[in-house]
Amino acid sequence: MQGNRWIPHPLMTIALIVLWLLLNNTFSFGHILLGTLLGIMIPWFTNRFWPERPRICKRRLFLKFFFVTFLYDVVVANLNVVRLILQPDISKLQPKFIEVPLDTDDPMVISLLANVISMTPGTVSTEISADKKTLIVHGLDVPDEQAAVAEIKSRYEATLKEIFTC
Amino acid sequence: MIVVEILVSFFLILGAFFALAGSIGLFRLRDFFTRLHGPTKATTLGVGSIVIASAIYFSFLKEGLSLHEVLITLFLFITAPVSAHFLAKAARHQRLHQDKDHADG
Repeated sequence: MQGNRWIPHPLMTIALIVLWLLLNNTFSFGHILLGTLLGIMIPWFTNRFWPERPRICKRRLFLKFFFVTFLYDVVVANLNVVRLILQPDISKLQPKFIEVPLDTDDPMVISLLANVISMTPGTVSTEISADKKTLIVHGLDVPDEQAAVAEIKSRYEATLKEIFTC
Repeated sequence: MIVVEILVSFFLILGAFFALAGSIGLFRLRDFFTRLHGPTKATTLGVGSIVIASAIYFSFLKEGLSLHEVLITLFLFITAPVSAHFLAKAARHQRLHQDKDHADG
């Protein structure tokens, strides 16, 4: 979707309208009108805050990634963490910091990757190195560091990178 | 209606279970970094399930379609990783003790 002078961020406009309708928990005509007004005005006033529009190039892959891979991982990993927490001998856990070397310098990809890592239980992204080449992740139970890094890279980073490169 | 009630109860109990597990994690885990995992994680599914239960309950048994619960999940998904990231980052910069041998953290 291309933006123009009047609607600089079409996706944000749609998101704001939906957000407004959900907030009011109604789909009445008046609120659709008011939401549309807000959806057009807010991107105007905040335009200078968004220097560039994020480009989702592979839209279908993005939806598949979010609704299949990501949601599935959240559920499975939740169960995993519960199992780890409730195991009788908690000292068997091997918490560890792992360093994930990054293959991309796109800030959008890096921040999404960090968010995805934090949302899937068992791993929290803690820091990105100053040169933006390494992401430091804390894992709750990491028996095999290499395998954990490889999984993050192949499962998340490669896909995210593909989504945002045209 | 009975089906709806069973569904609502199921999601409520599921959510309560995950929330409880998260709190137990906070209690049992030994150092700051592992404790971050309990509440920020097991709660995503916990809150998620309770929110689903609420949406089903108010949509089917009360006045009509109710979806603003979705926003709770949305805001949680936006804010939880960011706050966890900042807490962990601050802790790293403070060189907070990372518990290796399970002394009191």
